[in-house]
Amino acid sequence: MATINGNPGPHTLGKVRTHPTQNEALMFEKSASGKRAYKLPPLDVPAVDAKELLGPAAREVRAELPELSEIELIRHFTRLSTWNYAIDLGMYPLGSCTMKYNPRVNEFVARIEGLAEAHPYRPESLAQGVLEIFDLLQRCLLEITGMDAITLQPAAGAHGEFTGILLTRAWHESQGNPRKKVLIPDSAHGTNPATAAFSGYAVENLKSNAVGGIDLEALASRVDEDTAALMLTNPSTLGVFENEIHKIADILHAKGALLYMDGANMNALVGKVRPGDFGVDVMHLNLHKTFSTPHGGGGPGSGPVACKADLEPFLPIPVLVQNQNGTKSWDYDRPQSIGRVRAFYGNTGMFIRALAYILANGPDGLRQTTEDAVLNANYIRKKLEDLYELPYKTPSMHEVVFSDKRQAVHGVRTGDIAKRLIDYGFHPYTVSFPLIVHGALMIEPTESESREELDLFVDAMRSIAREAEEKPDLVKTAPHSTRVSRLDEVQAARKPVLRWKRQGRGRE
Amino acid sequence: MPYPSSYRYTREHEWISPDGAIGITDYAQNSLGDIVYVEAPKVGDAVTAGAAFGSVESVKAVSDLFSPVSGKVTAVNEELKTAPDKINQDPHGTWIIKVELANPAEVNSLLDAAAYQAFIAEETS
Amino acid sequence: MRYLPKSDEERRQMLGEIGAASIDDLFAVIPAEYRLDRDLNVPRQQAESEIVGYFRAAGQKNATDYVSFLGAGAYRHYRPVIIDALVQRGEFLTSYTPYQAEITQGTLQAIFEFQTMIAELTGMDVANASMYDGSTGAAEAVMMAVRVTGRHKAVVAAAVHPEYREVLATYALHQGLPTTLVGYDAETGRIDLGSLEAAVTDETACVLVQSPNFFGVIEDIPAIAEIAHKKGALLIVSIAEAVSLGIVRPPVEADIVAMEAQSFGVALSYGGPFCGVVAAKEQYVRQMPGRLAGQTVDGAGNRGFVLTLATREQHIRREKATSNICTNQALVALMATIFMAVYGKEGMRELAEHNLAKADYAAKALAAQPGARLRFKGAPRFHEFVLQTDEAPAAWNRRLMENKIVGGIELSRWYPELKNCTLWCATEVVTREQIDAAAKVLAAAPVEA
Repeated sequence: MATINGNPGPHTLGKVRTHPTQNEALMFEKSASGKRAYKLPPLDVPAVDAKELLGPAAREVRAELPELSEIELIRHFTRLSTWNYAIDLGMYPLGSCTMKYNPRVNEFVARIEGLAEAHPYRPESLAQGVLEIFDLLQRCLLEITGMDAITLQPAAGAHGEFTGILLTRAWHESQGNPRKKVLIPDSAHGTNPATAAFSGYAVENLKSNAVGGIDLEALASRVDEDTAALMLTNPSTLGVFENEIHKIADILHAKGALLYMDGANMNALVGKVRPGDFGVDVMHLNLHKTFSTPHGGGGPGSGPVACKADLEPFLPIPVLVQNQNGTKSWDYDRPQSIGRVRAFYGNTGMFIRALAYILANGPDGLRQTTEDAVLNANYIRKKLEDLYELPYKTPSMHEVVFSDKRQAVHGVRTGDIAKRLIDYGFHPYTVSFPLIVHGALMIEPTESESREELDLFVDAMRSIAREAEEKPDLVKTAPHSTRVSRLDEVQAARKPVLRWKRQGRGRE
Repeated sequence: MPYPSSYRYTREHEWISPDGAIGITDYAQNSLGDIVYVEAPKVGDAVTAGAAFGSVESVKAVSDLFSPVSGKVTAVNEELKTAPDKINQDPHGTWIIKVELANPAEVNSLLDAAAYQAFIAEETS
Repeated sequence: MRYLPKSDEERRQMLGEIGAASIDDLFAVIPAEYRLDRDLNVPRQQAESEIVGYFRAAGQKNATDYVSFLGAGAYRHYRPVIIDALVQRGEFLTSYTPYQAEITQGTLQAIFEFQTMIAELTGMDVANASMYDGSTGAAEAVMMAVRVTGRHKAVVAAAVHPEYREVLATYALHQGLPTTLVGYDAETGRIDLGSLEAAVTDETACVLVQSPNFFGVIEDIPAIAEIAHKKGALLIVSIAEAVSLGIVRPPVEADIVAMEAQSFGVALSYGGPFCGVVAAKEQYVRQMPGRLAGQTVDGAGNRGFVLTLATREQHIRREKATSNICTNQALVALMATIFMAVYGKEGMRELAEHNLAKADYAAKALAAQPGARLRFKGAPRFHEFVLQTDEAPAAWNRRLMENKIVGGIELSRWYPELKNCTLWCATEVVTREQIDAAAKVLAAAPVEA
């Protein structure tokens, strides 16, 4: 298999490789009593006797945290880091996840002292700088979405969905009837039905039509006086723009239902078309997708929710307002508000990063970004459609969805192809989603890939297609170049081991 | 794997034995893959024909268990708590719950082995 | 545009290979009436130096040279510099959720270490990979208790962070989950055990308390647990100040702990991103919300880690999931992991001791001033305390501000009965000199006020 100096093996070996074979134990296994990575300054007030101050509330037994020196910690986490794939190492074509470049200036400005050290309860007079950042970001996001009002409070996309559906519910209640159900296409992200259920609505699934879009007739027959909203992802999870979006909105609005848009795929729209202009009533954005805040191995995210003016009275408290003297403050006196969805005001550190990204782009850069994202997806589609089955021929926007139909005849499934991509130095695409495509390969290159990187990816995919025919077992047992091979997920789930425990130590 | 002729079957892929034991079919365990967890009701709970009474989980899927009959749970297979893989190894010999039927005639409306096999043949074609 | 790796010539070539005459062809599917035929009205494209300049100016406008005694759910502790050095490594920063375990062992092992240390500190068996923050974590813990018990009522202490309670109210509203509020003892600041006993019934799914509570007072967890468990309800302990666990007895009698780990090396950042986490007794693990990393082996028997028990989550169970939560706070949890490792077994204790000593000194120094007294003296506290003054806080706060000191936060905002009461916090970063200065300004109160 893959050797560093060339043959035999994939010809993409020039690509950087991660995951060396060096082992790194758990910190607890390396710990030795008496080692230190900290030093506190001398205590400048009288020392206290914890037992005396706290009585029975004092901790008797120290927690078994590791004891290590600073150099060992640096090496530990640096070694762990080398076992990760990352955008900084190469293309990360995870469909729906928008793994774009995370600019370093964003990290730099988020750590500026006056911003990073700001306590959430500091007097507003000392927080005008950060409030101005909130304000400018809000105005930019409203302009980008074409909506009227916005909250930055939700902590992530799913949290934004929850907030958006609560706004929907509150609006319906103000009209006299909260309604009972939310319609969700079968191509939707799992968070959509989970959110609707979490918000007290019954979920009704909508079957997609032959081109993977909303079936207008089916929609019209399902929307009634009990329908609160349709949760729609546009472009859909197939990367297809709902070109009859205005009819969808009309059908809903005629029955008093709202159109909720999952903004997961905004990277296909920014600067080209605005949801507020095509009938969307409420939507969330994922700053960690479209606006380049880092995924960080699974978070933090940020999920602002934008809505039309009708829904504005219901926004979570507090709402940012401008005073007559031009200063900004928080308004808590909002009797119709759905309440709070989290403590404080939102993931401020992410707002700073997202705004830095918008400023770096400007209107021309944002538009070019969208165009390049769509160009890249269509380029991949063109270069692979002769070898991989394209279940829906509708034009692609920012991502393209193939199926494993042609490889499956050799026993090679989408998950196998994905794992084999790792050997070629790429992160896998999104596997087996959307659910309406059997054996889906969902590829979103984003705008951050050069033509060279795209060509390497295309070569890798074409090579794997050949391997699937000629050496299917090689693909089915991939990856072959990683520190660990496929892990036993069945054992992990049957007998969960969720923490380290010292061997032979009883519970205290 | 043979489908015992003394059992009756549902279109949701559960079986029920003449003594009221309920499990899932070989076809069901095969399509789920390695079972990692079984969620079952408690002894004394009521079950309703066609309604969910628990679930079986594989690593990446959850499947509801639908009761073939109405009645009361008289026993729960505790062994499955630690060894859910028994279902994979011997699906027709591994029961999940035992039920006292409210109406013993209810089993007559279920599929027999031949009808069930015809049903799955149709589903897979 | 400097983030886009293509020349116009390359774009033209690629369009040619696709068979598109221009980029507009690729957007033709969008009905013309909706296409934006103008520039977005956002600020023009800026140089990196301009961006840095903009945010520096905003930071300065925020004022950085104030001494602060603010706490109330967001705490200023020293952040060891190796935290930012390590979390800014691109392999952590720019990696996705570790679904592809073979190439994300770094993130997965770090999460496993996080889960282990949180479990150790809280006295719980297991902890999840983190949640949005302490407030949503507490709300999720209540929903979890509803699933475990099959009951649909919650009892909540009034001394739980008011904003946490507001979040719970939002979450509970559409779940058909009525909550009963139980007040605090006016002398001790602890939950009123008599009222608690009366409020908990056979229908109560859980009792939610915070400890140290919003007033900085440590609750009597064993007594509360007994009352809850007697009626078959679960006890959820919310912990907003994670550093307290270095010296405060962990709530081992609790069934679920919902914690905010911001104190573990996470910047205040005007309230987020922070790091919630839910820990619990082992038997409840399948009802836990959020991601979990677990240990397993690969084909060759090597130890490795994977995200596990995923069937609880929304991407599989959809509308039947334990929560709609998708993300965790991985990078922030990594900060907390490094922080816990830097201080370690001995340092966490020593750090907590310093906090205890500073707050004890500050409480005595401030309460010794004319017209000032400590409230809730009858119970142990960690590093926050409630000061009541004869003079209205608005008046002395103005004086403090003139001296570049931000004093305690006024409690009447949430507790109208606590007139002229303020909540102060002194962590290890506050110096004796700063405490003395605040006391001196406070003392300048007009005596007749």
